[in-house]
Amino acid sequence: MATAVAEHHAEHHYTSTGLPHTKIAIWAFIGSECFFFASLISTYLIYKGRSVVGPFPHTPWTDPSTGHVYHPILNIPVTSTSTFVLLMSSLAMVLAHAAVERSDHKWSRIWLLTTAALGATFLGFQAFEFTSFVHEGLKITTNLFGSTFFITTGFHGAHVTAGVLWLITMYFIDKKRGLGPRDAVNVDVMALYWHFVDVVWVAIFTFLYLLQ
Amino acid sequence: MATTVAAPSVTGKAHKYESGIWSWLATTDHKRIGQLYMYTAIAWFVIGGIEALFIRSQLYGPNGRLVSADTYNQLFTMHGTTMIFMAIMPLSAAFFNLLIPLQIGARDVAFPRLNAFSYWVFLAGSVFMNVSWLIHAAPDGGWFAYAPLNTRQFNPGVNMDFWVIGLQILGLSSLAAGFNFVTTIINMRAPGMHFMRMPVFTWAAFVTQFLIILAFPIITVAVTFLLFDRFFGTNFYEIAAGADPLLWQHLFWLFGHPEVYILILPAFGLVSEVLPTFSRKPLFGYPVMVYSLILIAFLGFGVWAHHMFAVGMGPVADSIFSVTTMLIAIPTGVKIFNWLGTMWGGNLSFKTPMLFGIGLVGLFTIGGISGVMHSSPPSDLMQTDSYFIVAHFHYVLFGGSMMGLFAGVYYYFPKMTGRMMSEPLGKWHFWLTFIGMNLAFFPMHFAGLNGMPRRIWSYDANQGWDFDNHLSTYGAFIIAFATAIFLYNFLRSRGHGALAGNNPWDAPTIEWSMPSPPPDYNYAKIPTVTSRYPMWPQQGPTPLSPPVPTAGGDQPLPTYQTAEQLGIHMPTPTIKPLLATMGLTLAFVGLIWHRQIPIILLGGAIFIVSLYAWVLTPLEPEH
Amino acid sequence: MTADHSHAPASDAHEPHAPPHQEVHFPTWKTYRWVALILFVLTVAEVWIYYTPMKGTRLFAPALITLSVIKFTIVVMFYMHLKYDAKIFRGLFLGPLSIAIIVIISLLFLFGHLSLHAT
Repeated sequence: MATAVAEHHAEHHYTSTGLPHTKIAIWAFIGSECFFFASLISTYLIYKGRSVVGPFPHTPWTDPSTGHVYHPILNIPVTSTSTFVLLMSSLAMVLAHAAVERSDHKWSRIWLLTTAALGATFLGFQAFEFTSFVHEGLKITTNLFGSTFFITTGFHGAHVTAGVLWLITMYFIDKKRGLGPRDAVNVDVMALYWHFVDVVWVAIFTFLYLLQ
Repeated sequence: MATTVAAPSVTGKAHKYESGIWSWLATTDHKRIGQLYMYTAIAWFVIGGIEALFIRSQLYGPNGRLVSADTYNQLFTMHGTTMIFMAIMPLSAAFFNLLIPLQIGARDVAFPRLNAFSYWVFLAGSVFMNVSWLIHAAPDGGWFAYAPLNTRQFNPGVNMDFWVIGLQILGLSSLAAGFNFVTTIINMRAPGMHFMRMPVFTWAAFVTQFLIILAFPIITVAVTFLLFDRFFGTNFYEIAAGADPLLWQHLFWLFGHPEVYILILPAFGLVSEVLPTFSRKPLFGYPVMVYSLILIAFLGFGVWAHHMFAVGMGPVADSIFSVTTMLIAIPTGVKIFNWLGTMWGGNLSFKTPMLFGIGLVGLFTIGGISGVMHSSPPSDLMQTDSYFIVAHFHYVLFGGSMMGLFAGVYYYFPKMTGRMMSEPLGKWHFWLTFIGMNLAFFPMHFAGLNGMPRRIWSYDANQGWDFDNHLSTYGAFIIAFATAIFLYNFLRSRGHGALAGNNPWDAPTIEWSMPSPPPDYNYAKIPTVTSRYPMWPQQGPTPLSPPVPTAGGDQPLPTYQTAEQLGIHMPTPTIKPLLATMGLTLAFVGLIWHRQIPIILLGGAIFIVSLYAWVLTPLEPEH
Repeated sequence: MTADHSHAPASDAHEPHAPPHQEVHFPTWKTYRWVALILFVLTVAEVWIYYTPMKGTRLFAPALITLSVIKFTIVVMFYMHLKYDAKIFRGLFLGPLSIAIIVIISLLFLFGHLSLHAT
């Protein structure tokens, strides 16, 4: 994915499928990422319900030594909102791509920034979620739930962060020289990455947050 | 393609990178990167071999005391890790780099700078892991590092930290290369090079790349868990916190079994090139060879738990994995028979590559058959963790992968360097390797069936293992002697071998149509491919092999027109991939070295800045 | 159906002889709007299911998984325009995705979270 921005210069060469290299590479990368997130999510599911101490995701827990009662840790209304934010960022992303294709610099910049802002908002929600969990007594070291939860959502958050940086970079390129139809492939490749990170969240939201 | 003359500003810059150390540090040429992979992999093969000699000397007789038990643990862990990740995989990667663009008729890989990055990351990861020897704290948990033995509680030193981080770095290298080669093969085939006309090596490489990009994420996750357990106190493998130690085994073998095919399929591909050339016959059953490659790769994801019969998964799981394991023997057997079919009735000429190729067919079959023996859980329970297993995987990895890779080295050395390797020395190398390897590994079957456990540091006398171990140690030293002959031959032939010419073996595939060594732009004009074997006549009998060149060792290599003279645009050499690698490595060094946050951040910053500088610079000079 | 196998024929059909660059017909703004709306409704439905008496029933998990599969499919088909794009991308994505799903399910069986016998 790192090569997406500049290596389009090679693309005026012949390719056997008529498709750009970067697009083949990003789909191969996405196929590979399926296994990455599959390993994370299956670990979460395998360890579900095996934590020997709380707090737990959906049920309250009383610490036998202190008598302190821990509430169920997940905050579904907050996460539903951030899920919605991420879904809307995908809409902004497709609109940014469409604007780049028709060389509409004003709207391509607006939509690129909107996508990045929605992504950053999602990350803000995640930061809030993480800090409030830690505050309530769930750290990555606390129990199996904490370890699997933080590492899965944390890796997803890292992917979102990379995507936001990519979007901002693309925004500055747009501002510097204006993105046009010949850049559409690069924006498309970035969009594919962004949407994939979005669908991974669709899976994480169901398997980590909603299912009990 | 543009036929204009390159801009004058380019010429001055290009000269800087044409020779000397800079030309190697900044190269994006797939052939140079392939050579770097090959030299590095051979160096690690020698180092891993020296580790094996220590192991064999320690086990020569009962109650050996050459090395301490602790050192022995480090030796067998690093022997396995080195041979798998630093010798066989990169030696395969050397051939991917050297051959894929040549065999599909391309000028380079799809992402030349990413390719350079893959090599540097591999070099950094392999050096990183071996630096641990200098403080006598090499990884000591076995190459599979079973939980919970790999956790901080049972392995408090830095030994496994080196393994965890080193493996993470090596994984990045393989993944980056995987995406690159997948794209290259899908998208850069010359006109007429349909998928079903691709040389079988390229097919094997193609399938292997999919195994890499799908299997390596799993080990990345497993190792990340371990890294977090060891460095940040998480609970993934903490039994006290309710963790299941089998999670590691499942994730590891989910990666580990495809990895087995990542190690063997490239060698299969090389042998599928060598056997037709020296049998003077096309490969028997080309489509079936391709389908069986794909089937092996697919089934390779469904057999992982046969490494775990001994943990007691229950009759249903045991039966399923037993059946899939037996199934995978079918496409593998098909390949063996098709190689036999290729040689059958052929006009065989026993040059060194052919000897190693036949070596693979014979020795891999022995390892394959003992592999099928393990597929039955009851017999596996008797064999698992014994020297019988050690015998099995050395037959498939040394008798299979290494024999195939040696065949490839002798076969493609002329293409790579423009000179031939010595035939007599090559034959000495083969026969000594063949004898040494059987002497070393065949008796291990008996030692194992007599109850000798693997990974054992020392054993008492009078258990019936002494004689077998004597033989194995003799065999190991014979292999070492043979490898010394190979090294001499390899290094000397680079400068003094007979001039090869374009096609010294009268081989059929398209890479032999170009000069040896190929110019940096490969094909002056991109070829149009019309058949599987463009260099052989389409009608009538296949020609007999011409005599292989033996003269011209004192003459210089021919020279060609440069890319600029032909108006071909080649990527600008750049050291940014190397800088990015240095930043990445520095961050990991900071992690292992007392978790120095400033060093980690500095390394990360160097990585990101070099990545931006790299990505925002066009691949080729602007024109 | 492996990753390699599924796209090999697909791109062979793609005319290796210097094909013209394929113009992908991306969906229009109208489609995108509808997709966004459907995704929104499905997310609301998921959260609704979480807070209704359905939570204790046998339908709870299947309903949520079905909804998320639908959302996943819609995003992949329209936003990632897999429905409109070259067939080779389907192979590159669906091959690995299906193997990954099989692996997740097998792991859940192996760790006893799923069982063929109702408990």
